[in-house]
Amino acid sequence: MRSKVESALPYGLLAPTLLVVVLLIVVPIFQAFLLAFQGSDGGFTLAQFQKMVHDTAFLDALKFTFLLLIFIVPLQIILALAMALLIHKRFRGHSIFLYIYAIPLAISDLAAGIAWLSIFTERGYLNSILHSLGIIDKPFLFLSYQNLPAVFGTIVIAESWRATAIVMVILLAGLEVIPRDYFEAADVFGATALKRTLFVVLPLLRPSLQNALIIRTIFAFQTFSVVLALAGRVIPVLTGEAYYWYAANRNPNVAAAYAVLVMVFTIFITIMYFRLLKTTDAEAGYD
Amino acid sequence: MKTRRLSMALLAFAMIASLVLSACQAPAPTPAPAAAAKAAEPTNAPQPTVAPASASSSQSLIFLASQLGPVEEQEKMRNVILKDFTGAEVDFIADANENVILDRILAESKTGKVNGSVVGALHGAFPNLIAANALEDLTPLLEKLKDRPIVKEFLTLGKMGTDKQYYIPWMQATYIMVVNKKALQYLPQGANVDALTYQQLGEWGKNIATATGEKKLGFPAGPTGLMHRLTQGYLYPSYTGGLVTTYRSDDAVKMWTDFKAIWQYANPQSTTYNNMQDPLLSGDVWVALDHTARVVNAFKNQPDDFIAVPAPAGPKGRYYMSVIAGLGIMKGAPNKAGAEALIDYLTQPAQQAATVREVNFYPILDSGLPTDLPPYVKTESDGVLKQARSADAHVALLPVGLGKKGGDFNKIMQDTFTRIVLKDEDIKKVLDDQATQLNALLTELKTPCWSPDPVSTGACQAK
Repeated sequence: MRSKVESALPYGLLAPTLLVVVLLIVVPIFQAFLLAFQGSDGGFTLAQFQKMVHDTAFLDALKFTFLLLIFIVPLQIILALAMALLIHKRFRGHSIFLYIYAIPLAISDLAAGIAWLSIFTERGYLNSILHSLGIIDKPFLFLSYQNLPAVFGTIVIAESWRATAIVMVILLAGLEVIPRDYFEAADVFGATALKRTLFVVLPLLRPSLQNALIIRTIFAFQTFSVVLALAGRVIPVLTGEAYYWYAANRNPNVAAAYAVLVMVFTIFITIMYFRLLKTTDAEAGYD
Repeated sequence: MKTRRLSMALLAFAMIASLVLSACQAPAPTPAPAAAAKAAEPTNAPQPTVAPASASSSQSLIFLASQLGPVEEQEKMRNVILKDFTGAEVDFIADANENVILDRILAESKTGKVNGSVVGALHGAFPNLIAANALEDLTPLLEKLKDRPIVKEFLTLGKMGTDKQYYIPWMQATYIMVVNKKALQYLPQGANVDALTYQQLGEWGKNIATATGEKKLGFPAGPTGLMHRLTQGYLYPSYTGGLVTTYRSDDAVKMWTDFKAIWQYANPQSTTYNNMQDPLLSGDVWVALDHTARVVNAFKNQPDDFIAVPAPAGPKGRYYMSVIAGLGIMKGAPNKAGAEALIDYLTQPAQQAATVREVNFYPILDSGLPTDLPPYVKTESDGVLKQARSADAHVALLPVGLGKKGGDFNKIMQDTFTRIVLKDEDIKKVLDDQATQLNALLTELKTPCWSPDPVSTGACQAK
């Protein structure tokens, strides 16, 4: 009797989470699919996807979404790794750095976008500082549609600032679970700091790196508010287009088609990460 | 042990943070600075206040309004503008979502259980109400209001192309040009700032750029800016005399060519501007064209720096877009006498002045307004009146009768702008492409032409 209760317990504990996931994620995904394949008469159609693909902004949105991904994800992983390793050193006052690094986590992404807008805009903080230092005599237009690389650069900077912390937290957690014995062993065999990082830390950090990459890549697909604030529609992205189709054009079907597309990309990339960064149980810490 | 605990805490932190982050991002959030716009008439963000208690006495009267939906504006309406009305006890019902009110009007009319007496709505909403036979003919009431100097053109609009008066004009909003006084010294020779042409606007921008090294014209071409309204109500009609019918005409090609020339002197950050008051106040832009509610802070915050002037004119005249709201009376209204008295009351100069002062909608009267308006209202309304009274002025309207497809229509306009002006594509080809889309949309909706296009029997089509 007792064992029956015991074996049911894990399912009972999982049930609330499962319920939330089903209600807030599985059901909306299903509804988005329905919307994306539904015509105005309610029947099945591919018209929404045709409309999406033939839209003026579609190819640009696709291009910029992937460009952002390519620039932001590696940059953030490297930055976050450096930050995590620094804090892992446990030097005096390291917890202050942890708090400072974590500040962007507490700021909503649109607010972050607007803060960066006030930095990069024509009479913003950056131009004011450069001007008062005598480096420029006229404001530099970072956000001109005629200078897309500059606009793109500001987005990469703002996004990196905003979302590197989450990667750092994951990596730091991963670092903390690596038993100290490995580091001591490396020291005993006379490994330099670089060698220790490359051959001891990185391989053992693989499970956390995998998690960080997946979460970060999914977020990169969702990058939206920062782009909206800094670039308007000059640099379209897929989620932004979904928003415009829903909110401005009042067309939930095409918006859902964009959402489905983003979901397909996300699932594909997640599976790819799992394949490429396959971890063994031992590495994952289940020894 | 300690490291374990720390790592668990960090992991938990990471998970919570990622949940919060993804929750913030997942469903397209309404961006705060952008949120201001209902499609047509932006208003200040509503402040939550107490819901009004609806009083019903034998003399009560229900006023259903699709405008002034934000709670703050509703309160101004109840506590200030309607306060002195003695003809009935008015229950003012509005909603931030215009369709909620319109659906209620249609539903009451359809079921024959009419509770509402007065209806307040935008011009573009009236065709649906008239088609449902929900409104009285107000010609007799207009007789009684003969002494009122209501703008003639607005009264004609209130007939909705019939011989009946379906609404009495109530209030209006429009788009005007705002000019920083510093720019005036660079006006092209012989140009009058109150009667500019688009060509002169371009020269003006050029002069400013030559003198200051900066491009200081500005347009609201940001993601939630109203650039498409400028295309619809200003550029197209001023150059072609129409909008849909002339969408790919030679005049339209000329318009886009000219506008591209003007755009050369527009601040390249224009594609991020959702309203023009911020770049005007920061000094990024000296000359801008935008909705009155989206530039009013410039006059409010720096009253001495800015003037309001009419929009430029093109070869076909000085077209400006008027967002007109009208007052109608429902068929079968429970308090018809009170309704007539209320319309009389709201169109009096004192209430018209209160409306612009409290909720930033402009009068529909030609003259006779009191002069004790706050200075910033006065500065802005000077521009609005000058524009309406310009010798070559014509009114263009918000699209009429598109219903929920208004968004698709605006997108076609906005894509045309993006492709021609920002992406430098061939004008003729873009216009052909977009006109084809326009025709398909309007055929699907069977929407007839609206002013300034000539009346059509079937769906409005680009030639």
